[in-house]
Amino acid sequence: MSDSVVSREQMNIVIVGHVDHGKSTVVGRLLADTGSLPQGKLDAVRAECVRTGKVFEYAFLLDALSDEQDQGITIDTARCFFKTERRDYIIIDAPGHIEFLKNMISGAARAEAAVLVIDAKEGVRENSRRHGYILGMLGIKQVVVVVNKMDLAKYGQAHFDAIEKEYREFLAGIGTVVPKQFIPIAALHGANLTTRIPEMAWYTGPTLLECLDGFRKAPPKNDQPLRLPLQAVYKFTGDGDDRRIFAGRIEAGVLKVGDDVVFSPSNKRVKVRTIEGFNTEARTEIGAGWSTGVTLSEEIYVTRGELISHAEHAPMVGTRFRVNLIWLSKKPFVTGRDYKIKLHTQAVPVRIHEIKKVIDASELDSDLHKDHVGRHDVADLILETRIPVAYDLISESAATGRFVIVDGYDVAGGGIITGSVADEQEGLRVEARLRDFAWVHGSVTSAERVNANGHRAGLVMFVGKDGVGKRKYARALERALFDARKQSYMLDGNNVLVGLDHDLAVDAAQAELVRRFGEVVNLLLTAGLIVISTTNAIGLADHGSVQTLIGDAPSLVIDVDPAGASTTACDLRIRGSESEAEIVTRVVDLLVKRGMIPGLV
Amino acid sequence: MDHLDLLEQQSVYILREAYKHFDQMCMLWSIGKDSTVLLWLARKAFFGHVPFPLVHVDTSYKLPEMIAYRDRLAMEYQLTMIVGQDEESLAAGRTFPATSHLPVGHPDKLDRVQCCSRLKAGALKATLQGTGVRKRLNLKTGAYEIDPNRTPWNGVIVGARSDEEGSRSKERYFSPRDKNNAWDVGDQPPEFWNQFKTDYAPGTHVRIHPLLDWTELHIWEYIARENIPTVSLYYDQGEGTRYRSLGCGPCQSPIKSTSKNVSDIIAELKSGHLRNIAERSGRLQDGKHGLEELRKDGYM
Repeated sequence: MSDSVVSREQMNIVIVGHVDHGKSTVVGRLLADTGSLPQGKLDAVRAECVRTGKVFEYAFLLDALSDEQDQGITIDTARCFFKTERRDYIIIDAPGHIEFLKNMISGAARAEAAVLVIDAKEGVRENSRRHGYILGMLGIKQVVVVVNKMDLAKYGQAHFDAIEKEYREFLAGIGTVVPKQFIPIAALHGANLTTRIPEMAWYTGPTLLECLDGFRKAPPKNDQPLRLPLQAVYKFTGDGDDRRIFAGRIEAGVLKVGDDVVFSPSNKRVKVRTIEGFNTEARTEIGAGWSTGVTLSEEIYVTRGELISHAEHAPMVGTRFRVNLIWLSKKPFVTGRDYKIKLHTQAVPVRIHEIKKVIDASELDSDLHKDHVGRHDVADLILETRIPVAYDLISESAATGRFVIVDGYDVAGGGIITGSVADEQEGLRVEARLRDFAWVHGSVTSAERVNANGHRAGLVMFVGKDGVGKRKYARALERALFDARKQSYMLDGNNVLVGLDHDLAVDAAQAELVRRFGEVVNLLLTAGLIVISTTNAIGLADHGSVQTLIGDAPSLVIDVDPAGASTTACDLRIRGSESEAEIVTRVVDLLVKRGMIPGLV
Repeated sequence: MDHLDLLEQQSVYILREAYKHFDQMCMLWSIGKDSTVLLWLARKAFFGHVPFPLVHVDTSYKLPEMIAYRDRLAMEYQLTMIVGQDEESLAAGRTFPATSHLPVGHPDKLDRVQCCSRLKAGALKATLQGTGVRKRLNLKTGAYEIDPNRTPWNGVIVGARSDEEGSRSKERYFSPRDKNNAWDVGDQPPEFWNQFKTDYAPGTHVRIHPLLDWTELHIWEYIARENIPTVSLYYDQGEGTRYRSLGCGPCQSPIKSTSKNVSDIIAELKSGHLRNIAERSGRLQDGKHGLEELRKDGYM
């Protein structure tokens, strides 16, 4: 590897604004005035205009696609390049038409800075406002507003000042975007893009190019708490490679060899053994922005979607959070239906828990009083995921505080997390996290137990009404697994009641009984056992609490339902009319299928 | 991190996202500098391994240096190397070079774009979907054998760069193609931050573009930094010419240049006579809308 090659700094800039306010003209003129056009391109376009009898427009330079020329509007984000002494720029020319909002977002989501164009003659229009709102949601902090076509407003300062005042007031209402500069320009004549003109001597601020050169590259977020979303676990065996590599991009913070790290939401805690790479020098620490991979001190079972951090600055974990979201799909976002949320590397089922407000982003004080979120609407919602996820508030960590919603095969909307909302399991979840982070480990690791036992630890819970035979099946399963040399143990709720719970009053709170039962299950699971139990003593409704306390340990719910009327969520439903042997076989098959045991011999 | 680091790390992230979401994935390798950088980035992403096949569509008009270089690297990196070809058109002489002797207006005469749409776009489609013959390099013998695997690929990694020409500047990192390989440029999915389109209907596939933000100069700077091996055709061998972009023999011409190595090329691109001349200017099939039409139909 040679370090002698140093590439010039580059910045992505998006040009946004209402349709026909002159975005493409700004881009075309910037390219021409900075000498960034390919040889002969400008002359060729001018000649084409003469041939077809059209008045030359700089926008024609960008019309690379036939669709676009026919419609005369930018339909998709196009990238083009120009350079100044300071750095290279990629300009993303985003469409201003509302129909193409998703294209504008795709362009703006890549940008480090934005130029928002407002037509001096038309003033602030609905997409001027909508785009301003979206820039804030996307997290773009460096924004310059250019008031274009000042020639049509006779280069009048009062006119410019009025537009600046109106638009600044609108943005103040959002609170996330404060433009660095408002610049009066006439893009067609090149005024205040790279050079000044006497007609606007009253403007003494920077030209557009000076303003862009004044923007800064965001420094790597090394001073923030570590956030490394797990992208994949690799085990490539070619060439005798035996590394098990936990790969992902460090979104914030610094990771060092020897660091104690935790995985959320599973609460697993391990040490970093090595930092891996290809064709690069060995590293003992690595910072934000790097797509890296590490090996760990202990073989742990975790999958994509876990968020790696240090224990003292762990992310939030929960199922409910408040969000701001923009919806792009023609099919509305409705309550009572599952969608998929993609939040850093997690992808889990999600639904709307509560609609706070649906607004039109071009009129922020509007409340549309809708019971769904329609196309191009912006909404303030509480979402609920089916299982707990690790996340941050957008104000704490950008990359782990934003998400998209997938409907079917399509990305249908996106948003940011503005607040966390407690669900019913919040108390127990916090207990489990603090417990797991503070856990004192013995000398035998859980991976070693799995190897020695030949199976993973897990919970099988029989649920159903009184008298349907839950305990009978639990005992039969314990016996079958034991006979096949699996470490099985039937934990009857009654045994916890008569011993551990002896100090509790007869009418003690159900929650405390369940909590103690769940903690006992957790102890047995850390000992490597397959725990078999029933809801006899603790009550069916509290199965969720037990799951919260055992975290990501695998568990199966077997619903015994002779009446055939149960609606309990379960992994397997049995009628009780089957033979004991058959029921055992079906549960064992499921254990095998879920990878908890390798199969009975 | 400097700018090359940023580009490299984003490309690695994209490659890993692709590998995670597409169970039948391949990477198109044109043997040119861009897709060779892509191959290198795959080794970065997967810690020295390339866990998917490399696919080359061989029009039979590629320069022999390209084929020799391809097979040498495939053996050295132990790649799963697949080659596809439109054998039917070649056998029947339905190509631009084979019909160039025919008079203008003759019904059998094929122009450059028609030839591309057969030997490149058509052969690519057939290879990806498994309807055309796939030949696989036997890493023990060094010979190509018919690959019995005809499973269609649903994730296809491509080395397109947005600075190459107009239509590529409109691409997404993850770009869906319908059942006919067609690209609907007017209705592309939104791409928020680094959340890409990774869900797709059966029978469709997704093109993945990890190099979208790279420029020609970045490619050469990265080749220099990482010491990536490239085909000799890119360098002047003493004749005062070299190829800037590699395609088929009959449809490209070398440029005048005395760049003999990577650092000469970087200097030439930064301040020399190539500064404002489009890279594909030596590629004769592009023309007005030629490439865009080919791309809608599946051309890479």
